[in-house]
Formats: sequence, structure tokens, C-alpha cells
Amino acid sequence: MVSKNKKLNLKDKYQYLTRDMAWEPTYQKKKDIFPDEDFEGIKITDWSQWEDPFRLTMDAYWKYQAEKEKKLYAIFDAFAQNNGHQNISDARYVNALKLFLTGVSPLEHAAFQGYSKVGRQFSGAGARVACQMQAIDELRHSQTQQHAMSHYNKHFNGLHDAAHMHDRVWFLSVPKSFFDDARTAGPFEFLTAISFSFEYVLTNLLFVPFMSGAAYNGDMATVTFGFSAQSDEARHMTLGLEVIKFILEQHEDNVPIVQRWIDKWFWRGFRLLSLVSMMMDYMLPNKVMSWSEAWEVYYEQNGGALFKDLERYGIRPPKYQDVANDAKHHLSHQLWSTFYQYSQATNFHTWIPGKEEMDWMSEKYPDTFDKYYRPRYEYWAKEHAEGRRFYNNTLPQLCQVCQVPTLFTEMGEPTRLSHRQMKYEGERYHFCSEACCDIFKHEPEKYIQAWLPVHQIYQGNCEGGDVETVVQKYYHIEVGVDNFEYIGSPDHKHWLSIKGKSFDSKAEKSEQDAA
Amino acid sequence: MSIEIKTNSVEPIRQTYGHIARRFGDKPATRYQEASYDLEAKTNFHYRPQWDSRYELNDDRRTAIRMADWYAVSDPRQFYYGAYVGNRAKMQEAAETSFSFCDKRNLLTRLPEETQKQLLRLLVPLRHVELGANMNNAKIAGEATATTVSQMHIYTGMDRLGIGQYLSRIALMIDGSTGAALDESKGYWMDDELWQPMRKLVEDTLVVDDWFELTLVQNILIDGLMYNLVYHKMDAWFESQGAEDVSMLTEFMRDWYKESLRWTNAMIKAVAGESDANLEMLQKWTDHWEPQAYNALKPLAEASVGVEALDEARAELSTRLKKFGLQSQGVSA
Amino acid sequence: MSQLVFIAFQDNDDSRYLAEAVMEDNPDAELQHQPAMIRIQAEKRLVINRETMEEKLGRDWDVQEMLINVISIGGNVDEDDDHFILEWK
Repeated sequence: MVSKNKKLNLKDKYQYLTRDMAWEPTYQKKKDIFPDEDFEGIKITDWSQWEDPFRLTMDAYWKYQAEKEKKLYAIFDAFAQNNGHQNISDARYVNALKLFLTGVSPLEHAAFQGYSKVGRQFSGAGARVACQMQAIDELRHSQTQQHAMSHYNKHFNGLHDAAHMHDRVWFLSVPKSFFDDARTAGPFEFLTAISFSFEYVLTNLLFVPFMSGAAYNGDMATVTFGFSAQSDEARHMTLGLEVIKFILEQHEDNVPIVQRWIDKWFWRGFRLLSLVSMMMDYMLPNKVMSWSEAWEVYYEQNGGALFKDLERYGIRPPKYQDVANDAKHHLSHQLWSTFYQYSQATNFHTWIPGKEEMDWMSEKYPDTFDKYYRPRYEYWAKEHAEGRRFYNNTLPQLCQVCQVPTLFTEMGEPTRLSHRQMKYEGERYHFCSEACCDIFKHEPEKYIQAWLPVHQIYQGNCEGGDVETVVQKYYHIEVGVDNFEYIGSPDHKHWLSIKGKSFDSKAEKSEQDAA
Repeated sequence: MSIEIKTNSVEPIRQTYGHIARRFGDKPATRYQEASYDLEAKTNFHYRPQWDSRYELNDDRRTAIRMADWYAVSDPRQFYYGAYVGNRAKMQEAAETSFSFCDKRNLLTRLPEETQKQLLRLLVPLRHVELGANMNNAKIAGEATATTVSQMHIYTGMDRLGIGQYLSRIALMIDGSTGAALDESKGYWMDDELWQPMRKLVEDTLVVDDWFELTLVQNILIDGLMYNLVYHKMDAWFESQGAEDVSMLTEFMRDWYKESLRWTNAMIKAVAGESDANLEMLQKWTDHWEPQAYNALKPLAEASVGVEALDEARAELSTRLKKFGLQSQGVSA
Repeated sequence: MSQLVFIAFQDNDDSRYLAEAVMEDNPDAELQHQPAMIRIQAEKRLVINRETMEEKLGRDWDVQEMLINVISIGGNVDEDDDHFILEWK
């Protein structure tokens, strides 16, 4: 029955192979099949306007993804068989992986769950299918990261219980609450948060320069999974941009809602990425690019182009972008200083950067490093050399929204801590910034629910009243092994033995002095 | 605390992650184990879902089934993502060969118009059932807690999309890629009496709240009857109608279904074996849904291979369910 | 303000052909080598043509094959059988 009709073009053919399998239900109400599509106030008048962000049928998906996986696992095998961990630049580098595995990998799993959920929630079949593909991709990332780190876990400490730690450890509530926030929101906010603000606007900062840095530090396993994951990311980013344009084009009433979400999720993501700033500047012994340079390329330049493009929909750049741009000169230093003080409660080590590294920072941060941060490190190095490695034994005040300790400074006033507070229903809440306080004001009933790790410790909900018990028993951080200063740690001694050296505490301390 | 540093720097200090060692001991773990166990968040959730504030995120009360440990349900195929896509890539390669063989030799366009119509009326509308299965499995993947369970469902969900696409391509091959045959076939799905009980059943599953009930209905009861009826019994019948070449194009579905029995059987065995309460719940759901699945397929059987074939499929499902301690209305021949 | 689009590839053999094709079709683009990656940026628009790639490779080439080697992109995507375009309008 060869029809006389015109042959389908690629786009129409893809529609027949995806959304045309859907139909208008008549036995059940559409509202009952898709009950979560309306409550956020987003108005969708015509799902047929949805532009498929990519046209990948399942057969092609299986084929290309299998090819990627084959390449990836060949490298994992080679890395393990050749004890590739011995070829990294320095064992301090592994601490970035510890932060990655406990802070980022669980988010990949949460993303798998979140995209599965939205992959059912939308009544538009094209959007559902795109979300489902991202769901299974995210599962991939979660699993390949476990496999990439598996070998490191056999040779270094602090990588041994990531998901357990992610649910409990104080600083890991920053990424955990970020994703919980998105997953508990409605489907349109979830996509604005994760597909657009996070994937499209911000994750380049994590996956591109950091992974390039992993390569530069001899970590073949991580760079391979990182870049292999990014090859999926290109699809995810396209989805992120398409979804925003689609929502904005559907109805003008959507614009203010989306604008508020962009403001909120840009800021939430920026706060989350402050952890990455310190990974890049401090935890990569061989440095590729500073955080501030990465921010300029991947946010100011690329984000700038993006928001210029979105102007035609009535969208402006995120409300607190100026604060974020200003913070690029300080962020990594403020974070590292904080983690340096609280290493007794982390699954990774910290240290004072060596002399060459500090000189690199002076060069990359000419207006801020020597003035505000170098003296602090020199003081701490001296203290350490005299046997008084500084640890702060007072638990920090956490922000009610982003859950980062209130460690940031005011824009343009790098010696004044930024702090906001407000009362809500008789309780006082504390914030790291105007932006976080704004987010709270809009949805106080959500953020008062936050599980704040420090509060929980003080309330006795973490298996102990003192930090050491909490860290050891509740967090599963092995005291004296996973935590504290890098110099003299088991990882450090192990590394020296790999390199055929022995640990000399005096020599190491004078090396610190030189710093 | 003094730490003994091993002189042999290549000697591992531990064999696997702590959460894997707690389950399987500190010995080298398989890739399946490290990819599948205890990766999801379990506690200290920050906010209640705005789309369903009855429960928390990752809350195992979203089903009435109770398991002391949901990881008791695992995948006999040991599919983690890499193993899964590797396997499917091979299957699709074989399918691709068949499709291009059929296409090049015009095996479908050569069929009598009546036979083509039968394919469009009796086989191709199943693509819509597959999309329903895709949606249901996505929901389950989003709500099941243990990764061993959720990952099997997202794989299955994507498989169902793929199967729907293969069915669609049969129609595209018939109409020379214009979409006209797909439009015709969709018309049957929407309006032909034959399909209405099935379409109602699929729409009814789309409003099932309990995800385990949904996996039972979709992946065991409906598929248990449908795959057997369509891809085995009707396959033979199509052959008798002179459409034996179609068999090449549904080989993927036969292989796929045979493989899926491994995990669905393992899952129901673990869940039914956990407690009498679970078994009772499964029985209640089976009593409710199995007859509906049977009735939904009856017109399709009547229009093709005959209702006896569906009764046989029902008896086979009944024998399978009996192994888990479940009774159904099928009567063994 | 300048509005750059960009694409980054893993630095491997496939990508060398891609980079060559991209630079040929977009003479004003800027190519940067970074550890393990190749990054190409251009003002407003960057196009990858199937035809150019097929010439380089001496074989049939599906635009979607590129997905295996891409690390990141910036810009609106317009993809069909013959090309992959990144642009800001």
C-alpha cells in the first residue's frame, strides 16, 4: 500500500517514533493521569509546540551509549591493572575525589530518581521521553563514578562510605539539600533548577575545567568518566535550554514564575559550586585554570551570551549575579580556610598550600590573595610548625537555605562577614546572604523543614554529643585516618612509600615553614 | 592512634566500599554490586515533596508491600547500566539487520493489502500499549527506593519505548515512511471496538498509585498474557496468513520477553516469599487485574488466533504464578 | 557585548577530524587546546557539516556520531541530517 503521501523528514519521523505513540485519553481524565502538571501555576496551552531537543531513538541510544561504555570500561580496567593511582601528580589530589564521590556522585543518583519522576509527570510525551533518557544517563553517571573511584578506594582513605556520609555529614547537606529542594518541587521547577540553571548554566564549571585538571594531574580514570559523562551532558544541556524556551513561549504568565526560579536556582547552584571553587584552586596540585578564570569563561561569558538570548522572552540575568561575579576573587580562599579549620569533621584532608601554589594564587588573584588570604595561611603554617595545627572546635552557624556555614563576606567588603536573619512564626532563622534570605522569604514553609546538621548535633540526634563521637560513629569518618591535616596522615605516608620515601615529621614541618 | 603503613604500596588497604562490605564482606566486589547497592539517600531528607506531602522522598511506604530490605530484590542478569546497554546494543544490531533486509527486499510492501491491514489493525496498535508500559515503568523507577529495583524498571521502561519504536517502524515500512499507516493504526487504537478494552485497561493502569501493584499489573499480568499471545501465538497465525516475514521484525520482542522473565520472576519470588501479608496483597491485586488483562486481550485473540490461544497463555501464566504461591483464574490444559 | 557559542570535544583521534572540519567551515572560529580537550568558540554561530566530515573521513558520517566525543556546548542547537549548528540569534 505504498502511499502517495510525502516521505517524512527526520523531525516528523522522530515525532512518529515518540510522541505519536501517546494519545488523548478518554477512559480516565487527563488530570488524573497527570495530576502534578498544574500546581506550580505554569500554563501550557499546547504541548505540540515542544521541540525535541535531540532526536535519538532507542536503537541509536543503545548503540552509541554501548560504544561509550566499552571505551570507558577498557580504561578503568587498564587503570586498575596498572595501578594508575601511583601515577597521579600527588596524593593531595585524591582529596578532591573524596569530595566528589561524597558530594557529587549521590546527586547523580538523585538526578536519576528525579528525572524518572518527571519522565512520568508531564503530559507531553516528547518532554517525558527526553527526561527519561536523562534519567537513565544519570544512573549511568552514578554507576560509572562508583566504578572509577573503586580503585582509589582500595588505596586511599575517605572514599569508603559515600552515600552514608552524604545523608549525614555537615557540609554534605549543602549538595543534599540542593537536590532535595529540586526533587520536592513540581516538575517545571525541577527542570528549571536542574536542566537549565544547573546543567546548562553552571555544571560546565565542575565538569569541564575540573576534569581537564584531573587529566593534568594524571588521573586517567576520572577524566575519562568525566568527559564520557559530559558527552551525555551535551544532550541534557540542550534539553535545559529547550525547556526554558518552551515554558516561556507557552504563556506570558509563566515569565515571572520562571524568572523567580532562575534567580533562586542560579543562587542555589552558585553556593553549591563554592565547594568546586576550592577543589579547583586548592585540591589540584597541577593547576589548569583558576576558579575566577573558569567563572569568567563559563559563567560571565557563556552565561552572558545565554541571558542576552533570553532577553527577548522578558528574562533578565539572575538577580544576584553581581554578587556572584564579585565573589570570584574570594570564594575558593574563603571555603578552603573554613575547611582547613574543620578538617576534624571531614572525610578528606586539608593543608596549607606550598610556596609555589601561593605564588600562583597571588598571580591569579592579584587584588585579593596577598592582601586577605596569604597572611592567614602563613600564620596557620607557623602555628602548625610549632605543633599547634589550628582546628576550630566551635561548630559553625549554617545558613538556613544553602546550609553552607555563614563564612562569606559582603560584596565589596571582604573583611565584613555577610549575615542576615529574620523571624518567622516566632523562630529566628539565619542566612549567609541577602539572596538566601530572599529564597527563604518566598517559601518559608519549605525551608523551616531543613535538616541542619549542626542543629541536629546539638539536639542529640547524631549518636553523640561531642564531635569525635559524631564523626566516628554517625558519619563513619574514621578518626585519625580519614580526617585532619594531610601532612602526616596515613594517605600521605602511603604516598611517600609509593614514591620510595619515608615520612620524616621534622622535614615535613620545615617544608611547611617554607610555605 | 598509630597507623600501620603497609610496606607494599600496591597492596589494597580495603577491597571494596564500606556499604558493599557490610553486605557481602570485604572482598573484591562485582561491578554490579558496586553499581547497585545502597547508593540512594535513605534518611535526613530536608523537605517534603510538594507533589505528595504524605511521604518523604525515597519513602518505602509508597507501596503497600513491606520488605525488611528491598535489596532482597536484585537482578539475576546483573545489569548495571554498562552491561545493560552493551546487551541491548547487540540485540538492536540483529534487529537492524532484519529491518534493513525486509526493507531492501520490500518484504512487507509485497504483502497483500488485506494482510497489511491486519498488521496495522492487530499488531501495530500495540505501540500504544508499549508507551503506557514505558510511562508506568518510569513512574516505578522514580518511586522504588532500592537501586536494584529502580534500575530494572528504568531499563524496562526504555526497552518499552524501543519496542514501541520497532512496532512503529513496521508501519513506516508498509507505507513507505509517510506516516499514513501509523495514522491508520492509531485510528484503530482510538476507535475500533477491538482495542477499546485494552485502551481502557492501559488508561486504568496510568492512574494506579501503588508502584508495586503497578509493576505486578504491567510487567507480570498484562505482559504475561500479551507477550505470549502476540509474539508467540499470533506470530504463528500471521505466518499462516502469509506474513511470515514479520516474524523477523518481532524477534527482538521475543528475545526481550524471554529475558525479562528472569528479573520479573526473581522479583515476585522475593516479594511473595517475604511475608504472608505481601502474598495476600499480591493475591488481591492478581484477583483484581488478571481477569481485566484477559478480557482486554480477548477481542484481539478472537480477531486473530482464537480465544483458545489466549486461554493457553492464561494457563501458562497461572502455572508461573503458582510457583510464587499465587492463584489466578487460568486453568491448566 | 560579544556573544560566543562554543563546543568542546575530547582530545582524541575522532575529534581531530571534527576540529579540522569545524575550522574549515568556520574560518573565524578560535580553537583552544586544553588538557584532554579541544575547545572551539565563535561569535554567534558555529556549524558542523556532514558533508565536510564525510570528506575528511572518507566514509559516511552520521551527525549523531559526534555525540560520542562532545564534552560541552553553548548556544541554541539546530540539528538535522546534514548539519549541527550552534547559534545565538
